[in-house]
Amino acid sequence: MKSLPLLFLGIFFTLAFSWTGIILTTYFQFEDHAINEPATATFVDAEGNEIVGPTYKLPSGQLITGTNNPEVGQEMFPAAFSGAAQRGQAVYEKLGCLYCHSQQVRRQGFGSDFERGWGTRQSVARDYIFHERVMLGTMRTGPDLSNVGLRYSELWQHQHLFSSQSVNGWSIMPSYAFLYEIQPIGLSGPSSNAVDQLDSWGIPDDHEVIPTRDASDLVAYLLSLNQNYELPEIKFSE
Amino acid sequence: MSASSSLFESFGSTDNPALSVRAKLSEVDDSMRLPAVFFILASVAWLLIGTVLALLTALSMHPAMDTVKLGGSAAETMPILRTAHLNAMAYGWGNNVAFAIAPWIMGRLCKTRIRHIPILLTAGVFYNIGVLIGIVGILAGHMNGPEWLEMPAYATPLIAISFAMVGVWVIVAFRWRQSDHIYVSQWYILAAFFWLPWLYTVAQIMLILVPVRGVVQSLTNWWFAHNVLGLWLTPIALATAYYLIPKVLGRAIHSYYLSVIGFWSLAFFYNWAGVHHLIGGPVPAWVISAGTVASVMMVIPVLVTAINHHLTVVGMHKQGWASPTIRFVVFGAINYTVVSLLGSAMALRSVNEVTHFTHFTVGHAHHGVYAFFTMIMFGGVYYMLPRILHREWPSASLIRIHWWMCAVGITLMVVSLSIGGWIQGTMLNALTDDGGVLVPTFSFEEVTNSTRPYLIARSFSGLLLTFGHIAFAISVCWILLKRSKPDNQQPTLLSSDVN
Repeated sequence: MKSLPLLFLGIFFTLAFSWTGIILTTYFQFEDHAINEPATATFVDAEGNEIVGPTYKLPSGQLITGTNNPEVGQEMFPAAFSGAAQRGQAVYEKLGCLYCHSQQVRRQGFGSDFERGWGTRQSVARDYIFHERVMLGTMRTGPDLSNVGLRYSELWQHQHLFSSQSVNGWSIMPSYAFLYEIQPIGLSGPSSNAVDQLDSWGIPDDHEVIPTRDASDLVAYLLSLNQNYELPEIKFSE
Repeated sequence: MSASSSLFESFGSTDNPALSVRAKLSEVDDSMRLPAVFFILASVAWLLIGTVLALLTALSMHPAMDTVKLGGSAAETMPILRTAHLNAMAYGWGNNVAFAIAPWIMGRLCKTRIRHIPILLTAGVFYNIGVLIGIVGILAGHMNGPEWLEMPAYATPLIAISFAMVGVWVIVAFRWRQSDHIYVSQWYILAAFFWLPWLYTVAQIMLILVPVRGVVQSLTNWWFAHNVLGLWLTPIALATAYYLIPKVLGRAIHSYYLSVIGFWSLAFFYNWAGVHHLIGGPVPAWVISAGTVASVMMVIPVLVTAINHHLTVVGMHKQGWASPTIRFVVFGAINYTVVSLLGSAMALRSVNEVTHFTHFTVGHAHHGVYAFFTMIMFGGVYYMLPRILHREWPSASLIRIHWWMCAVGITLMVVSLSIGGWIQGTMLNALTDDGGVLVPTFSFEEVTNSTRPYLIARSFSGLLLTFGHIAFAISVCWILLKRSKPDNQQPTLLSSDVN
């Protein structure tokens, strides 16, 4: 094989083969997650595009896909992120949280994800349709966060971000205290969004710890992370 | 011609001008002098920056207990430091050193000079500006989520265009080749310089500019990230090893046909293998199975290449040990065999269940990119610079320090992270039957604490690598600044009893 065109064709088709297989094929395989009817007439994203693809749970408990029936009490799964949680996902991304925390529950019997309380069912592709940036992660230096919204309170999240070691002495997570502002308590008393301090922080009593918008967005995102719902393709304890 | 006299000749940078081949090679060497010196200086600068970032990353994983870090910033946290380190090493060190060595090998094998040096240099300058902007952007908190693509979108178009402008002269050199025979190194380099711009552009479009929906993002990410290793760094390093081992030892490569099989089986299987980073994840089972099969099939190109490299070296270990080039290249070639076979094993579901999500994977990444790719590139620099500068390495001691620090350092790092990661994964997965209910045997606290000694060993190994890199940087600066004394200069060898 000495001719450049022939060599070039071989080089081209080997890579085109894997691109077609891994990316293009799965893109079309998952297309049914995106071609459904819009959720409601008013569910649109910032650009005005219809949000599509979720599953609906009727008050009777029946799961339906593809059609929206705006009955009272009908729930949508996976839930769409609130604005704050959506911004919080961008904070999670730019701080690189995914380098120590995964967001995927493996099936029962493959690892210990169920037994550690990280999930009650395996994660499936539909769980991620509202994630603008899918961050499955490849490290578990820290625990999996697929269902972290079910495990901890807003206060715990703030205190843990401020200083993980004041919550868990053994933690090797960095301190994200730079996401908070420490300021003197004003004349009108403590601010409503001040974080309850822990003694080990050593912050004077006349000061308070206020989350920046990045911190409150990030916590809103963490609190919204849960896969605690069944989908047509996956039931609990599967 | 005896092996030793040929060996002696090949060490020398003073060519016999009577030989027309030598004249051709000399013309190639002259055409590459300026760009090679530029790219090597840039790569050494990035190597030192990346090393500092790596040390900071490693040290940040031993936090002092009960500290509240006030007045800190995001740039001091482990995820951002490690990402800046990865990008400085991969895009700064790895690509620059490849831009220095691969076009030079291509030109020599094609017996044609590298054309349009001013454009190549301009592209190189803009490439490095792009990488600098990207890494400052990461440290400033603008990084993207997909792994190996963290540089912010305002830096990447510059990198993609510059990359294509560097790569095109390699393809042009191949087009204007003066030799009938095509050597396997030329295939690898030609393919690599075609694959990376394509991979990079597709990944940028599908992940950053117009992100695809859902977990197709993750599949695209690992298709790209594993292929940077498999279809860019690996072919460049293999091409260098295929060129240097026969060249320095003065004997032909063991089998031409095996090298053909090695190339096409690598091209066919490697680019499917990336999916093994998603085993157990929410992606179609068939694509994971395909990735696992491809990862295991990688045994074929790896064994074929191993046979070719190692059978070429066998019997000449004493001479090889004396040559700075061969010491580094053979270390890299041996580790290519080991790391690839380990990688195939790690793609098996039962092994992956333990190693996935642990420091084992970090150790494996360094095994591939450092113990294999980087060590071969060090060998390449030790061979190329004396030839394009017409002067010898000034200090064998510095090369020896470089060799021992890096060889011991990377071995310690890979071994400690592999053992620590395996223990971490085993402890994470261990279950105990507690009255009919399965519970984790070890708490997450115990798992975290179990990794500490191995992370300390990793930090220490990083210190050794730092000393090695400083010795290398001094060597490179010294040979560049040294006054030229071309007459009757002996090659710099690491031991004297070669003949």
